[in-house]
Amino acid sequence: MNLVRNALGRLVPAEVRGAGAFDPYEGAFARILAGRPSPAAFPIRKPEPPSRSKVARDLQTAIERSGLENGMTISFHHHLRNGDEVIPLVLETLLQMGFRDLTFAPSSIPDSHDCVANYVRKGLIRRIWTSGARGEVGRMISRGEMEETVIIRSHGGRARAIEEGSIAIDVAFLAAPACDVLGNSAGCAGKSACGSLGYAITDARFARHVIAVTDNLVEYPLHPHISISQNLVNQVVVVDSLGDPAKIATGAARITRNPLDLKVAENAYRLIAASGILAPGCSFQVGAGGASLAVAAFVRDYMKEKGIQGSFGLGGISGYMAQMLEEGLFRGLFDVQSFDSAVTGSMVKNRAHMEIDPSWYANPMNQGCLVHNLDVVILAALDVDTDFHVNVMTGNDGVLRGASGGHSDTAAGAKLAIVVAPSFRGGVPTIKDRVQAVVTPGETVDAIVTERGICINPNRADLWEAARKANLPVKEIGDLKKEVERFTGVPEPIEMDMSRVVAVVEYRDGTLVDSIYRVKE
Amino acid sequence: MRAMRSMLYIPGNAPGMIQNAAIFGADMVMIDLEDAVALLEKDAARDIASGFLRHYDFGDLPVIVRINGADTPFFEADLEAIVPLKPFAVRLPKCQDPSDVFVADSRMTEIEKRAGLPVGTVPIHAMLESARGIENAYAVATASTRVGALTLGGQDLTADMGIQKTRDGWEFFYARSRVVMAAKAAGIDAFDTVWTDFNDPEGLFRESRQVVEMGFTGKAAIHPSQVAIIHRAFRPDAKEVRKAERIVAAASEAERQGRGVVAVDGKMVDGPIIVRARHLISLASLYGMEGGEA
Amino acid sequence: MRMAQAGTLESADCLVTVAPAEGFGLDYRGGNRKLFGERTRRLVSETLERLEVTGVQVTIQDQGALELVIRARLETALARAMKEA
Repeated sequence: MNLVRNALGRLVPAEVRGAGAFDPYEGAFARILAGRPSPAAFPIRKPEPPSRSKVARDLQTAIERSGLENGMTISFHHHLRNGDEVIPLVLETLLQMGFRDLTFAPSSIPDSHDCVANYVRKGLIRRIWTSGARGEVGRMISRGEMEETVIIRSHGGRARAIEEGSIAIDVAFLAAPACDVLGNSAGCAGKSACGSLGYAITDARFARHVIAVTDNLVEYPLHPHISISQNLVNQVVVVDSLGDPAKIATGAARITRNPLDLKVAENAYRLIAASGILAPGCSFQVGAGGASLAVAAFVRDYMKEKGIQGSFGLGGISGYMAQMLEEGLFRGLFDVQSFDSAVTGSMVKNRAHMEIDPSWYANPMNQGCLVHNLDVVILAALDVDTDFHVNVMTGNDGVLRGASGGHSDTAAGAKLAIVVAPSFRGGVPTIKDRVQAVVTPGETVDAIVTERGICINPNRADLWEAARKANLPVKEIGDLKKEVERFTGVPEPIEMDMSRVVAVVEYRDGTLVDSIYRVKE
Repeated sequence: MRAMRSMLYIPGNAPGMIQNAAIFGADMVMIDLEDAVALLEKDAARDIASGFLRHYDFGDLPVIVRINGADTPFFEADLEAIVPLKPFAVRLPKCQDPSDVFVADSRMTEIEKRAGLPVGTVPIHAMLESARGIENAYAVATASTRVGALTLGGQDLTADMGIQKTRDGWEFFYARSRVVMAAKAAGIDAFDTVWTDFNDPEGLFRESRQVVEMGFTGKAAIHPSQVAIIHRAFRPDAKEVRKAERIVAAASEAERQGRGVVAVDGKMVDGPIIVRARHLISLASLYGMEGGEA
Repeated sequence: MRMAQAGTLESADCLVTVAPAEGFGLDYRGGNRKLFGERTRRLVSETLERLEVTGVQVTIQDQGALELVIRARLETALARAMKEA
């Protein structure tokens, strides 16, 4: 494999078999500001003859009609989260039908789908292009079991890749919690309701063939809300159940009671307050739980106390953000993925709670994605290094156990990007000399906040000043690292098999930001 | 001013909790080698506490160690291990009379000498947990210059008296008064006992307010969630703080002018009131209440 | 010396077992064994040397304990092992 060094000094392949040539990462906004027009691809699609029903006899029939052949690319969305039963159903059916060597390109792989590893081993799947890999899938990739290199993309990056044709989806299987006979689909109704169908929208627009899979065929026409319109859908397949509702739409995520997470959140909040960015018209995005969500609680109290109304909330939306919309703390809420059942309800009730697709959300190469308007984002991390690079993909043992998601997108776009993490986890320091896998480059990270101190990127002198004036517990990141190592010990770097690149991390602009290597036994 | 409003008990045999001690927001932590540790694990807890005191950076957080009483086989070993590591204080359970202090004091003096530490480096916080202990409060408080605080041990006290703890806490009124009075007379701190009902945070607040009003310096907590409630109870009234600022300003002004008499709002204000005013301002600064901001 | 144990399998703790053996042996298990293998080996030999203990097999099941916790648990286990029954 021909490896080149990128602007971060990381070795990345010059090309990936089955995906073509890649340029090395040059800088967070290098591509965007270069001013070159983006390539664009529109799929060649056969027209569907006029009909009053697209309902196929069954899934197998639909697949036969789709023109899917060995070696082609299939996609799914992951809005049904750990309750999803569509991906396993489709993959099993494809296996039974004798398909082989497919490229599996979902928006991400739910944690619960260890079965995907088996479909790789049985030869159904040859390539995986995803945002995340955990559990058995992560372990399988890290062990080097796949011949083809995995490509990890952010949400914005995947949308860009689809729009420019780098991901050419042959058949998109899109679970639709509410669907009518002609394929009009939505996610906010039905027994398997999941809220926003954001990720599915981009797939529906650009796939060569779209099959909507539903357990809730409604009377024509679906109304009042349609996420994917019938003109994009080729066929409809009706199944008994899309999945387990309890796991699709979990109960509203509560603010954590863990004192460690709360302390981290409090420190992050104090930095936000000191930065002065919480003014009328501000916008922000938080995570789904833990310290990242807890920051929202602090910010909400502050906004209510000062009577501040923000312009918009963005995400990855949990019930807490929906509640803030309800309370009038934002003018609007943009939702690319709904985390719990309270959010679905909000989408239905409140017209200011708007569904968006991932290109609108975070594709850096269009005419203005939402993350570029964000004021504050609070992000989690597996570990970080003294250059402020963030790893959200591999664990301390070097095994894949995370997802790129919107991390690098939001960090690049937000005026204030804060990464929150405990200073050590399981006896291992979070701050390393060098992270194993860079997902989010340090230049886009403004601060790393722990319970033991706040580390501000040297490229933000203004933030340093503000934090110091507010008497915040600011520490040099190198000092904090040493402080923690004094009682945890200094972890030995894991020896990876540098001769095998098992996965590449693509930055949102299509360049490669890092490689992920095989773990040695 | 060193804030001592709250002291959080942390079981000595729970390294996961001790390593997060500073996060809980308590003004002080107390590593407990006594009631929170099973008999068969006393040695393990002692080694864990020693390890933390020796190698872990608690920053500014004062760490007290509650050792096992002199009536146990663990007393000597606890002192031998802990004193040389200079904890903020040793909390001594079951002090009935001055002799209990003498025994600990002389042992600690010996250990300090051997360790090359100035004698008296480690203070004793004496726990009064019996009727005799309460009656002997002043004698215990003054038994040695090493005694830095008196604290009420409510659980053992109710057992000793053969009564139940009630929500209103009337049964402790005399004991609390005596402890606070003795501590003040001896010029040392007074800490109140723990509130054990997790389902009644309102009750904790009321009890904390009560003991603040009685003059206690601080109160012990057995769960991190209790810390904020105790701190809320200690928060001084904004009007009182502003008045205190006027008093201190008047006192400074009088001193500048070489006047011996200080008057505020037409009333004479003497020494103790000025001291109290300064204390209140220090307390207020913990809540960010300086400069007239509530 | 007899066999003895100290510690727990709680998160941030470790379970240390010591037993009489020929020479010195260390079996370090747990999620951190690749990250802290060298550190733990060094810690154990230093402690054994300091306490003048030889002929022991040490087993550590590490649940993410700090260095000082591993040391403390080892010291307790050794003291227990040396105590007369």
